[in-house]
Amino acid sequence: MAKFNIIGRDTLRIDGHKIVTGKAPFLNDIRLRGMLVGKILRSPHPHAEIVSIDLSKAKSLPGVKAVIGLDREKTRYIGNHVAAVAAGDEQTAEKALKLIEVEYKPLPYVVSAEKSMEEGAPRVYDKRPNVEKIRDEKRGDVELGFKEADVVLERTYKTAIEIHHPAETHGSIAKWEGDRLIVWDSTQAIHTVRDGLARILGIPAGCVTVIKRYMGAGFGSKLGLNVHTVSAAMLAKQTGRPVKITLTRKENSLCVGNRPASLQTYKSGVKKDGTLTALSLINYTTGGVKRGDRCSEPLLDVYRCPNLHVKEYTVFTNMGGSRPTRAPGHVQGTFGLEGFLDELANEIGMDPLELRKMNYTTKNRGDTGVPYSSKGLDKCYELGAEKIGWHRRNKTPGAGQGSTRRGLGMSSQIFWGDGVPGTLADVKLYPDGSVDVICGTQDIGCGTRTHMAVVAADTLGLQPKDITIKLGNSDYPWAPISGGSLTTPSVAPAVRDASLKAADHLKEMAAKKLKVSGKDISLQDKKLADKNNPENAISFKELTRDLRRETVFHGERKGMPDGFAYNTFGAHFVEVEVDTETGQIKVLKVVAAHDSGQIINTKTAESQVIGGVTQGVSTALFEQRIVDDTTGTLVNPNWRDYKIATSMDTPEIIPIFVDVDDPHINILGTKGLGEPPRIPIAAAIGNAVYNAIGVHIRETPMTPDKVLQALKQKEVI
Amino acid sequence: MKTYLIEIKLNKELKEVEVTAQETLLEILRNKLGAIDVKDGCGKGDCGACAVLLDGKAVNSCLTLALQANGKEVTTLRGIGNEKNPHPIQNSFVKHGAVQCGFCTAGMVVIAKAFLNQNQNPSRQEIREAISGNLCRCTGYEKIIDAIQNMALESKS
Repeated sequence: MAKFNIIGRDTLRIDGHKIVTGKAPFLNDIRLRGMLVGKILRSPHPHAEIVSIDLSKAKSLPGVKAVIGLDREKTRYIGNHVAAVAAGDEQTAEKALKLIEVEYKPLPYVVSAEKSMEEGAPRVYDKRPNVEKIRDEKRGDVELGFKEADVVLERTYKTAIEIHHPAETHGSIAKWEGDRLIVWDSTQAIHTVRDGLARILGIPAGCVTVIKRYMGAGFGSKLGLNVHTVSAAMLAKQTGRPVKITLTRKENSLCVGNRPASLQTYKSGVKKDGTLTALSLINYTTGGVKRGDRCSEPLLDVYRCPNLHVKEYTVFTNMGGSRPTRAPGHVQGTFGLEGFLDELANEIGMDPLELRKMNYTTKNRGDTGVPYSSKGLDKCYELGAEKIGWHRRNKTPGAGQGSTRRGLGMSSQIFWGDGVPGTLADVKLYPDGSVDVICGTQDIGCGTRTHMAVVAADTLGLQPKDITIKLGNSDYPWAPISGGSLTTPSVAPAVRDASLKAADHLKEMAAKKLKVSGKDISLQDKKLADKNNPENAISFKELTRDLRRETVFHGERKGMPDGFAYNTFGAHFVEVEVDTETGQIKVLKVVAAHDSGQIINTKTAESQVIGGVTQGVSTALFEQRIVDDTTGTLVNPNWRDYKIATSMDTPEIIPIFVDVDDPHINILGTKGLGEPPRIPIAAAIGNAVYNAIGVHIRETPMTPDKVLQALKQKEVI
Repeated sequence: MKTYLIEIKLNKELKEVEVTAQETLLEILRNKLGAIDVKDGCGKGDCGACAVLLDGKAVNSCLTLALQANGKEVTTLRGIGNEKNPHPIQNSFVKHGAVQCGFCTAGMVVIAKAFLNQNQNPSRQEIREAISGNLCRCTGYEKIIDAIQNMALESKS
């Protein structure tokens, strides 16, 4: 597409040098005069009544400035907040925590999902059962569909609880200036934090400003208002001094979220030609004291199947609650569904890619709903298969010889990523020729600053480096949370809208000066010129002098027409090598083809895909929260025992962006990309392992013990 | 608590600082010497975000006692290059999109610098091994490896 000059090309991060030279301030790098250190006392019991809290000894420790109870009658997991202190330094704050006297009355508890589901298990909540239905959705008649099938298959898949573990742990600084509260936060949602603080503290939202400068990612764990942020604000109020609270890696493991586990049982009928006649899923998901994830969204949507029944249940346990984790539910559901499809394909002797093509849809809800605004999944299949060399796969799973076996696998991906109408952005032109783009969004690490600069520069005939980006402040025009792959498809169209208005204004000014019609003015290369007579021109800088004052143009991300489904798509193709003696899986190559509409910046988009795939490889092979069932203690609350992929584990990763035009979704035709690359990778690895050794590993992480066990069972059969 | 006066050459500047026997190099760099370009990712030597050069050799500053740095030269990210005068390895990180959130970057650049001092002609596998003690959670490692490899190639040519 030749529509754009800078959009869709490689632009280096405008803040890149600031980061690589250590000049980008992260939360913990912000130092304020008189700032105190806050710490939170957390419950050592998985379930207990708090009989009494005595703060007096802690308060009398020299150096302690404030101690507050956090108003809890009950603790339902290890790590639950109980009280908070502020002191002059970290050591004193830690000492003070030890002096807080809490009398607990321990209660019966349950930490494993299996036990929580048993009759007579201790209740996590007094007035709610441990197991609650969270989805029951039907279409057609599954029983009829099973009858029509040539083959009916049932399989169960399991995914472990993962922890987000952003590189930078959570943290907040609170400072009062009279009645105004200023909070620096490592957050994915400045406006949510502002509104939540105002509500809890009982002050007008306009009296709270939330600032986010640079942050070490979040992956969903930093989407809401946190207890430590509220605590910092309360302690700051009490002491009249700024208070900083940052969480340790252990606290990050215990109490700021996780990806819920799943136990998914699929049953499906398929005809010999690959037509799906029925699909059913029963899923049990566990997110500790919070609800688990619905995992059936891909199943309900992306393949044609007239008969379908989904039932999902959440299982409460006395463990830290879940939070959205990079593509919540879609990651788990795709591992189950796409693994199951490969097993179905094998049952009928069909190429698994052909099975997916056979049941391709252009409308959502399994071809029963409305058309997708755009869907480039077919192109992802075509380009991905070609790049990996799909013909090289074993025609029969496990057909290879020797102790190391190679295999190829793939998986489809569907996700949201449509963006939020009503997102606002301003373009401000100054008489000196400089340009601000202002938006109350946040750059959580993906390069949003650069994306905004690219869109404005492209529209205004400038270069990204010419634009000053102002974001990460809740006083700026509203933008949504940075979650759900919403940021770019919300913010970029708003910036485009504002920039177009600014461009039109400048063109009208130039038209008068150059004595031609505004329609005949071109705006590029820092110049406004008569299209019919390029010599008749004025520079951007010279023209803006005539503005005489700063001039603001308001942009908005407009709504999307009804009658369409707005989704992102992709397909991953993977090659693996499995050592049948050690059970080790080595991922050799990943081709990640994505339809995220118009890419804004290929450079950062590639990083997003490579990073998502890396995280997916990590969770497919290594990551799991391990809990001692008897005591409820987290066994691996650190980065040594909670394994994440290192540079020794990652494959060659080839991102592909398919060319798809979406005239409906927004004025740029751009869709989200944050979560999509994270979704299909584990399923594609599982399917490649299946293709290599002929047994399906139906559980993540696919550790060597599981591979060896599966191989052993195959031999027995 | 007993304190000791130590001398450190931090990014070529001589510094005197009072430390206790318990304090780590990471703590005094960030809290007493203003070297906030050194990042605290885990405090346990698991992630490598706090890596610095101690007499040219890469160490995790969270696992190094401040006293161990007495009389030595400490180089942090800012000592390798600054915004006005970045080191080629820093340019290479930007050029190859090896930076996403940037939190692990401080350690990655330091490790890369130490490694390239030892090995000017590394294979991809050698680079993987060199940075294997540095965890990255968002960019993935491939672009970081690209950045290090290309830097080596460019400085050769």
